[in-house]
Amino acid sequence: MAEPLLSLDDLAVHFKIGNALGGGIKTLKAVDGVTLDVKPGECLGLVGESGCGKSTLALAIMGLLPPTRGTIGVDGQEISGSKAPDRMRMARTVQMVFQDPYASLNPRQTVRRTLADPLRLHGVRDKAEVEARVMDMMAKVGLRPEQADRYPHEFSGGQRQRIGIARALILKPKLVLCDEPVSALDVSIRAQIINLLLELKDELGLAYIMISHDLGVVEHVSDRVAVMYLGRIVEQGGWQEIFENPRHPYTRALIAAIPDPFHRAAISAKAKARGEIASALNPPPGCHFHPRCPLKADICVSQDPVLAAVAEGHRAACHFRDRVS
Amino acid sequence: MSTAIKLPRLRLKGGTSLWIGGGLVATAVMAAVLAPWIALTDPVMDANLMNAEIPPGLEYPFGTDAQGRDIYSRIVYGARISLSVGIISQICNSLIGVTLGLTAGYWGGWWDDLVSGLTNLMLAIPSLVFALAIMAILGPGLVSLVIALGLTSWSYSCRIARAQVLSLKSQGYVQAARILGYGDLRIMFTQVLPNILGPLIVIATLGMGGAILSEAALSFLGLGIRPPFPSWGSMLSEARDQITTAPWLSVFPGLAIFFTVLGLNLLGDGLRDILDPQSTTRRA
Amino acid sequence: MTGPLLKVDNLRISLAGDGATYSAVENVSFEIGRGEAFGLVGESGCGKSITALAVMGLLRRPLSLGGGRIVLDGKEIQDASAAEMRRLRGKRIAMIFQEPMTALNPLSPVGKQIAEMFVLHEGMGWNEAMDRAEDALRQVRVPSPERRIKDYPHQLSGGMRQRVMIAIALACGPDLLVADEPTTALDVTVQAEIIDLMAELCAAKGTAILMISHDLGLVANMCKRVAVMYAGRIVESQAAEAIFATPSHPYTRGLVDSLPRLGERSKRGRQRLREISGVVPSIAAYPAGCRFNPRCPSVTEVCREVVPEATPLPAEGLVRCHHHG
Ligand SMILES: Nc1ncnc2c1ncn2[C@@H]1O[C@H](COP(=O)(O)OP(=O)(O)OP(=O)(O)O)[C@@H](O)[C@H]1O
Ligand SMILES: Nc1ncnc2c1ncn2[C@@H]1O[C@H](COP(=O)(O)OP(=O)(O)OP(=O)(O)O)[C@@H](O)[C@H]1O
Ligand code: SF4
Ligand code: SF4
Ligand SMILES: [Mg+2]
Ligand SMILES: [Mg+2]
Repeated sequence: MAEPLLSLDDLAVHFKIGNALGGGIKTLKAVDGVTLDVKPGECLGLVGESGCGKSTLALAIMGLLPPTRGTIGVDGQEISGSKAPDRMRMARTVQMVFQDPYASLNPRQTVRRTLADPLRLHGVRDKAEVEARVMDMMAKVGLRPEQADRYPHEFSGGQRQRIGIARALILKPKLVLCDEPVSALDVSIRAQIINLLLELKDELGLAYIMISHDLGVVEHVSDRVAVMYLGRIVEQGGWQEIFENPRHPYTRALIAAIPDPFHRAAISAKAKARGEIASALNPPPGCHFHPRCPLKADICVSQDPVLAAVAEGHRAACHFRDRVS
Repeated sequence: MSTAIKLPRLRLKGGTSLWIGGGLVATAVMAAVLAPWIALTDPVMDANLMNAEIPPGLEYPFGTDAQGRDIYSRIVYGARISLSVGIISQICNSLIGVTLGLTAGYWGGWWDDLVSGLTNLMLAIPSLVFALAIMAILGPGLVSLVIALGLTSWSYSCRIARAQVLSLKSQGYVQAARILGYGDLRIMFTQVLPNILGPLIVIATLGMGGAILSEAALSFLGLGIRPPFPSWGSMLSEARDQITTAPWLSVFPGLAIFFTVLGLNLLGDGLRDILDPQSTTRRA
Repeated sequence: MTGPLLKVDNLRISLAGDGATYSAVENVSFEIGRGEAFGLVGESGCGKSITALAVMGLLRRPLSLGGGRIVLDGKEIQDASAAEMRRLRGKRIAMIFQEPMTALNPLSPVGKQIAEMFVLHEGMGWNEAMDRAEDALRQVRVPSPERRIKDYPHQLSGGMRQRVMIAIALACGPDLLVADEPTTALDVTVQAEIIDLMAELCAAKGTAILMISHDLGLVANMCKRVAVMYAGRIVESQAAEAIFATPSHPYTRGLVDSLPRLGERSKRGRQRLREISGVVPSIAAYPAGCRFNPRCPSVTEVCREVVPEATPLPAEGLVRCHHHG
């Protein structure tokens, strides 16, 4: 079996909220004990509701937030709370595509500079080579050569996202984190970007972590899927298992909630979650999902369910993982 | 009635204030640059007590002073000193303020606390008082004047730079630069600084006006440029005693200061409207 | 009385820009029957919200009504006075906005804001109105409403706030509820619940809904008929099932095909998503003729010159295309 490109071990990122004077300091457990692997060339879909910690997890992997606990292993390099990453080496291994194509490009830099500067920074001295790689990357993401000297404001949202993808790929990373890469784009543009990401994956042998709340997109692109709820992974497995045989009640609720005109009432109303998402500041005891869970029992309140296998490569964190089907 | 409606709209476009301000400042700069050619006499050496205190007229357009020197020529040469003091001290202030503000905003932590504390301290004490203290230590003269003014009003650009960095820090492109392996200083100077130059230029322009006023005040108090060298402040200082008998001695340097400072302020305002369009609402 | 509840006929909305006046919306016509849920779908900027504002009589500079009729219950209201419109709003037509925080008064407890509707429109006393407010909160399934009526908007989660908005909107049993992206700011599972709630309450009270969203799936799930807008015009309207089964306009077809469908991948393997080429035009640069022509795969010469007329489709449908099929 291939060595994992990325392996998270019990990763936690906590934030201190408030100040000592007014009301005291509270701990917000944005990510709380996540264990995950991503293999080379694989696409891991990461889904979960707003505020469940997906972006925080991504930033920690990128080395932009120090982990409170646990370790991140990236291509043989280890990051932990006490050990900061070698940023230059990290940069050539992991890159990121951001959600907002408007805020993620420097308004004062042309496309050429946005792409060429990182190359020079990473030691590509030969002018002709820099130019060739910039042009090659622009062509790969579907931008025309004459657009190289334009500024971001001259591009549409979809084109900007192409520039953002080009910037992420220019250093030839092995893993690319895509944090909601299409949700800020016009609906009719999204397919272009999803297709592009998939083409580049095949062409360059990239691994992705695809963060999205659009389950249709996640099913389409992922090889494996991890479902997060309030800072923890509640279910993880191959895309087909997750979508066809979800074992965690939250995953089922998520799938049931998708307004899909082709599958009206495909999953019974019983699967639907009731009530509001709890706040990450004071999550409910035991299973975080219990206030909304249709299968809740006493044990769910008193005891944390562990993420355990239900089948080969398919794990769920629910006391009744074997009964849900 | 129609002008009442039109004027603010022009101002919003940076039109009037930019042009009037730019014109006034350009005049002062031209005077400074072309001084040797447009001055009628030497501003220091051509003293002639025979010509003392001649009122403005054909031969001496702005009159002469107690030593018989041509005031027009002294004002033209004085522009060199006043503007240099304004420009150089503002460059110092901007360098200090921007460096501190950028690093404080970007790094945060104890460094930010320290810089913010220092900034607040500087804002609490009028910068002129600070400058006075420094001048008292260094003694009068052009160099110490520039040092005094260049060290004492960086708090504005520091505050602006810090606030802007804080809002830009979480922008995708700054994060992307970190992910690409850019060092902190490189990020500050290539990603952040170019995007906050607008407001900083505005602050520096406005600050230049302040520095020229401070120069005048310090020189007036005898701490700045010392006679016989012509700075607008020292000319005012010299004219103190003749304010009733020979008012032109103080009126013309006063007008020079007034129009230059006004010009810089209008220019700053106009630039703000162009460079930082959001501020028009904030200012109201 | 027979006849539709709301009839919008040939609506045009002008937008005064610097120097020029644009038609932000034109030729927009639709009808909503009593108690019917009608959906209006389209991409960002196509004019959905301003159409809703026009119906509510809330257009403000630089937008203005450029022409057309708005008929509520047989009575033309496009020229109604401000006072008349104020009386209609809340009592006969109510509105829910995308971001409830901006529509709620942050300084007033939510119970009072609901009660205000009863006081204002039904002349109730405050005591009785507060009791009714509590009932209204219970109806929208806010847990422990007796305590919640004293809460301020910022103390509630996004989903709770939207429930309060629904309670306010439905307080006086309006004939028409205009819901402008009521769940876009919410999470998928919460969104599903809010939509269910809205549909259920409206069905119980016989309230018609004008549902606005960019999410075709969501709208089709909830509404009987759906109209699709593109660049300020309605390009197609059909029964909800038909719009997915037999989309007639090239834009709708492209949109339906470009969405990754849940379950599709396990049936047929991963297919490349169909893309719509090009970008959404900006209002100042709407193309002549059919506004979809620069992106349309079936474009011909006539499309670039002649604005297509609305052509009827079976079952009360309409399509605006020279070559629909
Ligand atoms: N810098 C920070 N300081 C304090 N709290 C934070 C910080 N960043 C994130 N949080 C909190 O951590 C939690 C997780 O946030 P995160 O942005 O990771 O969610 P997410 O899953 O990406 O949500 P979304 O889908 O909305 O992007 C949230 O409750 C958020 O408020
Ligand atoms: N107050 C305004 N001033 C100027 N232009 C406006 C104003 N309100 C709307 N517009 C323009 O009118 C057009 C239609 O806007 P509208 O808000 O109806 O779009 P929408 O379909 O609701 O989009 P979204 O999905 O983003 O809400 C847009 O091009 C918008 O820029
Ligand atoms: S552990 Fe209990 S509460 Fe949690 S998901 Fe499973 S059944 Fe529901
Ligand atoms: S009218 Fe022509 S351009 Fe427009 S949608 Fe129909 S075929 Fe395409
Ligand atoms: Mg996020
Ligand atoms: Mg809208």
